[in-house]
Amino acid sequence: MDWVLFVTQILNGLQLGVLLFLLASGLTLIFGIMDFVNLAHGSLYMIGAYFCGTFTDITDSFFYGIILAIPATAVVGVIVEIIIIRRLYSQDHLDHVLATFGLILCFDALVHFAWGPEGMAIPLPAILDGQIEILPDIVFPTFRLLIITTGLTLAIILYLVITRTRSGMLIRAGASNRTMIGALGIDIKTLFTLVFGAGAAMAGLAGMMISPITEASIGMGNDIIIVAFVVIIIGGIGSVKGAFIAAILVRFIDTMGRSFLDTFLKLLLSAESAETAAPALSAMLIYILMATILIFRPQGLFPPRGR
Amino acid sequence: MTPILKISSLCKQFGGITATNNIDLNINEGEIHAVIGPNGAGKTTLISQLSGDLKADKGAILFQGDLITNMPSNKRSLLGIARTFQITSLMLDMSTLDNVALAVQAHSGHSYRFWQDARQDNQLIEPALYVLKQVGLLGPKDIITRELSHGEHRQLEIAMALATQPKLLLLDEPMAGMGGEETQKLIAILKRLKTGKTMILIEHDMNAVFSLADRITVMVYGEIIATGSPKEIRANQKVKAAYLGDEELQTC
Amino acid sequence: MEKATRFTLRVKITVVIFLVLFFLPIYTGLTDNGFYLDLVNRLMILAIAAASLNLILGHGGMISFGHAAYLGIGAYCVGIPAYYGVDNGPLQIFLAVAASGIFALITGAICLRTKGVYFIMITMAFTQMVFFGFVSVEEYGGDDGLVIDTRSNFGSFINIQDNINLYYFILISLIICLFLIHKITKSRFGLVIEGSRSNEQRMRSIGFDTYRYRLICYVIAGCICGYAGALLGNFTNFISPEMMDWAASGELIFMVILGGTGSLLGPVFGAAAFVILEEWLSSLTLYWHFIFGALLIMVVLFARGGISGIVTYLGNRKQ
Repeated sequence: MDWVLFVTQILNGLQLGVLLFLLASGLTLIFGIMDFVNLAHGSLYMIGAYFCGTFTDITDSFFYGIILAIPATAVVGVIVEIIIIRRLYSQDHLDHVLATFGLILCFDALVHFAWGPEGMAIPLPAILDGQIEILPDIVFPTFRLLIITTGLTLAIILYLVITRTRSGMLIRAGASNRTMIGALGIDIKTLFTLVFGAGAAMAGLAGMMISPITEASIGMGNDIIIVAFVVIIIGGIGSVKGAFIAAILVRFIDTMGRSFLDTFLKLLLSAESAETAAPALSAMLIYILMATILIFRPQGLFPPRGR
Repeated sequence: MTPILKISSLCKQFGGITATNNIDLNINEGEIHAVIGPNGAGKTTLISQLSGDLKADKGAILFQGDLITNMPSNKRSLLGIARTFQITSLMLDMSTLDNVALAVQAHSGHSYRFWQDARQDNQLIEPALYVLKQVGLLGPKDIITRELSHGEHRQLEIAMALATQPKLLLLDEPMAGMGGEETQKLIAILKRLKTGKTMILIEHDMNAVFSLADRITVMVYGEIIATGSPKEIRANQKVKAAYLGDEELQTC
Repeated sequence: MEKATRFTLRVKITVVIFLVLFFLPIYTGLTDNGFYLDLVNRLMILAIAAASLNLILGHGGMISFGHAAYLGIGAYCVGIPAYYGVDNGPLQIFLAVAASGIFALITGAICLRTKGVYFIMITMAFTQMVFFGFVSVEEYGGDDGLVIDTRSNFGSFINIQDNINLYYFILISLIICLFLIHKITKSRFGLVIEGSRSNEQRMRSIGFDTYRYRLICYVIAGCICGYAGALLGNFTNFISPEMMDWAASGELIFMVILGGTGSLLGPVFGAAAFVILEEWLSSLTLYWHFIFGALLIMVVLFARGGISGIVTYLGNRKQ
């Protein structure tokens, strides 16, 4: 086995994993606290990327772009929550799914209208556009390292907020037992709006950080949202810790599958059939992982207590 | 008399709270056995463990000699154990007749029929109508269950349990929330049903308990403190002290 | 009385719809306008798919967000044999129904162990799995899709190479599928499915193994939708993974809700409204998805009960 490639792929998996975590953590909290299915969470990921692109254009700086785009995305999230989402909490899951599916269509059309059908490339500043030799013989793009660091830092901050602060305690209590929040006499409306806005900001940030690599495009959120669902299912609805572990696990297995599955299958099958089967199998690997985990743990790895 | 149901060392905990603690109890065939006790004594938990809606942490349940401790509720129902729910649990968006017909159908053994119209099926409709007549619900048979009154919901609860032709009927506060007249009606219905059925009855209405029960078990804090005939229970000092508060006993 | 009036209005509408459908090819033949025929073909196929979804969603309360998978599986069961030169119609249909049934059985066995939000997301994820599976198989076109050179061959029974014949084949299929679903929902089995939607715990406590019944229902719905997929492959002469994109599953739910979940013809109304809206809006503006999305939100917020609910309402009012 090629060790350089192996280590590089581990780092790639980690980088994609932390981004996925940023998306999934907001989603799992919204699920847990509000029992709300938000298909349009991926749209906020897309909006974040486009905002970042535009602000980078205007300010001529990727850093300012991000700093401006985060609150902008959060504001979009808050507005959507107040105008539409809030009316849906009391309705059933089918309504959530339908309305947020409608929201996706609206968002995609709006982005199409505002930014055109083409994708939007976001240039990186020179300082981030290089590579670093992190271990002898192993070089890794600076920007991707930055993503990993940012993602892990945010994961730690989120963990501290949730375990150490009063509002975090409320969120945690709410995520495992919703009636509890009401009993504690908290302004639920505001808490919901804030959590939704924070979730939007994190999803947007994930979109901002991936777009210099892949560019911002319409529908970019629609693929990743399903993977985020897989993460939440595996991790257990409402569990931020579960979301973190599952996000890393999912991206790790995905990356490894794409890089090494054909080599592995060649040990078992003929070269030709391995080359046909490997791409299909590796594309389906995370879903097979999800199914397997569900068979043994229908509530995911870290199921919420008290429900 | 032979016991139809044998319960030994049955336990259930919720978090740190013990709902049932080492319950030992034999239910004789053909008796109405009332279980009374203050709120939170674990009566509903006991019923749910007997019906299979809750899993027992420990202990054993023998029904007609068969061990059923780990059997799911649908299989227990097929063996002949039926329950009613304290908080009404019905198919609210279906008609009264549909609710009972489904209970009949569950025990007719032919639910993989995809063609014949079930609502024209006399094998279902006739027994269902018979049961509805028994509990006095023939009038609103085509009404959507949601629209029935509270008393009618309680009657339908019993009708559904009866439609499964149970040998053992678990009644969880059938009179809850009923007016005096409705309660009298229900007592009369249960008295009529008494032949050929064993019943475990949880009830707060002492009037109903003492006029129906052959034997009474008193539970407090998840444990049985006394079992005996109504007369014995009335005289039991422990029961008086723990629960009944003398005046209630004397009025019956 | 009230019921009788609603019934007759419904029957009238049904008869009119099927009469129009029956004579449509004569009209389009006279005016030489194939466009409407194509539109109605698509509408009818989607109506079958939506009706099968309604069986689990409306009657069974199982919110599947992955029903488009069966459209794709069914279509590929026509396309892949055709790619190898096998155009045997009955065989292709059998493959489509069987493959959909097996997929439904395996995924349903896992999905139905879960509830609520989990169920929605898992059905979605499994469909995405099939989607990516087909995207990555280069042999059958990957995400470019696969052209089907020849339609299913039913020998001397019917020649669906001819567009008019294909139309009637689809129309008869629609009528048969609707009748089948109607029968199932009214049967003992259907009663159990309805009861399980309404109160699963009570259904178990009166003696039903609800999991098994729901799983069988899930498989039946998958089979019917797989059949619709086989028709779709024949109609479009082309298949691509995009047919089972999760947006396609969302559109199927939209049709069911738009038409109203409670009735047999609801999904047909829903599919019709969907196809017509799509044609009309996309001719109006490039950004028609926005109107579509907004409409969806409106329906959820203000008009649950759908078109079929409106018909019921009108029927009652007339009385």
